[in-house]
Amino acid sequence: MSLEKNTEAVGWTRDQMAERAALDIPDGSYVNLGIGIPEKVARYVPQGREFIYHTENGLLGMGPTPEIGEEDADLINAGKKPVTAIAGAAYFHHADSFAMIRGQHIDVCVLGAMQVAQNGDLANWSTGAPDAIPAVGGAMDLVAGVKTIYVITQHTTKNGIAKLIEACSYPLTGQSVVSRIYTDLCVIEVTSKGFELVELAPNVAFDTVQERTGAPLIDSRKFSEK
Amino acid sequence: MINKFSTTAADAVADIFDGATVMIGGFGEAGSPIELIHALIDHGAKNLTVVNNNTGSGHVGLAALIENGQVGKMICSFPRTANSTVFPDLYRAGKIELELVPQGTLAERIRAGGAGIPAFFTATSVGTPLADGKEHRNFDDRDYVMELSLTADFALIKAKEADRYGNLTYNKTARNFAPIMAMAAKTTIVQTSYCVAAGDIDPETVATPGIFVDRIIHIEKPLQESNLNAQGRTYP
Repeated sequence: MSLEKNTEAVGWTRDQMAERAALDIPDGSYVNLGIGIPEKVARYVPQGREFIYHTENGLLGMGPTPEIGEEDADLINAGKKPVTAIAGAAYFHHADSFAMIRGQHIDVCVLGAMQVAQNGDLANWSTGAPDAIPAVGGAMDLVAGVKTIYVITQHTTKNGIAKLIEACSYPLTGQSVVSRIYTDLCVIEVTSKGFELVELAPNVAFDTVQERTGAPLIDSRKFSEK
Repeated sequence: MINKFSTTAADAVADIFDGATVMIGGFGEAGSPIELIHALIDHGAKNLTVVNNNTGSGHVGLAALIENGQVGKMICSFPRTANSTVFPDLYRAGKIELELVPQGTLAERIRAGGAGIPAFFTATSVGTPLADGKEHRNFDDRDYVMELSLTADFALIKAKEADRYGNLTYNKTARNFAPIMAMAAKTTIVQTSYCVAAGDIDPETVATPGIFVDRIIHIEKPLQESNLNAQGRTYP
C-alpha cells in the first residue's frame, strides 16, 4: 500500500516514535531526554532493561511525573516541570551536571530537531529570525558531549517542508552530531554516506519518504524487509 | 568569633553598588533567592549585570528586578521562559543587553571563575554562531573554542540549611548554580530556610563549604515565584 501525500495518521504516532527509539537504547545506559516527544521515551523502556535518566539541572535518577498534589517546586526537570527522584538518585550542582555531559559520561541523548542535515548537522535552537529572542539552554553542550545523539521528529514541518535536508539553513546546534533519526515515517541512520533509511513505519513506502526528504535517501533496509 | 548570620535581607544587600555584577542562583524558580532579590529591588542599585540561567517569570523576583530598570545586561542560557514577558519586551525594545551562553559553558565559566582559571577550551558551540569571533584551537583532532571565566561582585543564593561558618546544604534540584556562584563571587549572600548549630550538618554532606559564604539571612518559608504569579502579584 502506498500513501496519499496528505493522508494523516499514517506511519508511527508520537508515542510509537518514542517506543521505537527506546528499543535502540542499550540496557544500563545513562540517558538525557530533551523536551517534547523525547520525554515520552521514558514510558517505553523495553522489558528487562534499566535506564538512568539525567536531567541537566542537577539530578541523576529522574523518575516519573508526580501525582497531582505531590509536586515539589524544588524538584523539576530541565523543562521546569515537576518530576520525582528514584531510590538511588543523586543531586549535584550545575558544573558537575555538565561535566557528566561534556565529559562524555552520558551515553545517549534524545533530542527534537528543527532541521537535520545529511552529514549529521543539527539545528534545534533558533530559526535565526531577527525578532526572535535567542535561547539555547543546554542543547549545544549535549550534542558536543554526549556519546550518541538520537533525534525524534516529525518527518516534515506542519506545512510539509522537509526537515531532513542536505544542509541546515538555520543556525547550527552542533556539527555532524546526529547518529539516528526517528520520524513518523521511518528510522534513518546518519553515516558517512548520508541518510541511510534502515526501517520504514508500517504501510509507508520508501518513495513517499524520499519525496518528503530534502536529501537523497539510501535504502539500507535488510533484504527481508524490502 | 566567626558568625556569618546577618539580621535582615536589607542589611545583607546594602553594599551592592551601581554597576555591580550579581550572580543570582536558581533554575527557573527552583533555588531562586526571591527575598534577597526583593531586598535588592528595595535597595535600588542600578545598571547591574546579572548572571542567571533565565530571566525570571511574571512580575516578581528576577523579572521584577529587570522590570524595575535595575539591570543593564543579562548573561544567561535561556531568556525565554513560560510566563516571561519582562525581559523579551525590553530586549526587543533594545533596552537591555543579552549575552547568550550555552548552559554548560555558563556553568563552567562560573566554576572556572571561582577556581582561579581565567579561560578554558570546550567543544560546545564549535561551528555555531555562538563561537563566532572566539579563539579556536585543535587538540587531538578536535576543534575547541576558548571561553573566559566569569566572576562577580556578589552572589545571591538560596540554601536549605546554614551554620554560622557558612556551611550549606540545598534542597533537591534547587541546588543548581548556587554552589559555583558562591565560589565565583567576591561576596556571597545566602538566604536559608534553617539556621543550624555548627556541627549539625555532617561534614560529609556539606554541599558548599563556609569559606565561599559571607552573609546569611534566615527566611524560614521563602515565597514561591509560581504561587505569586498565580495570584497575579507584582513587586514592589
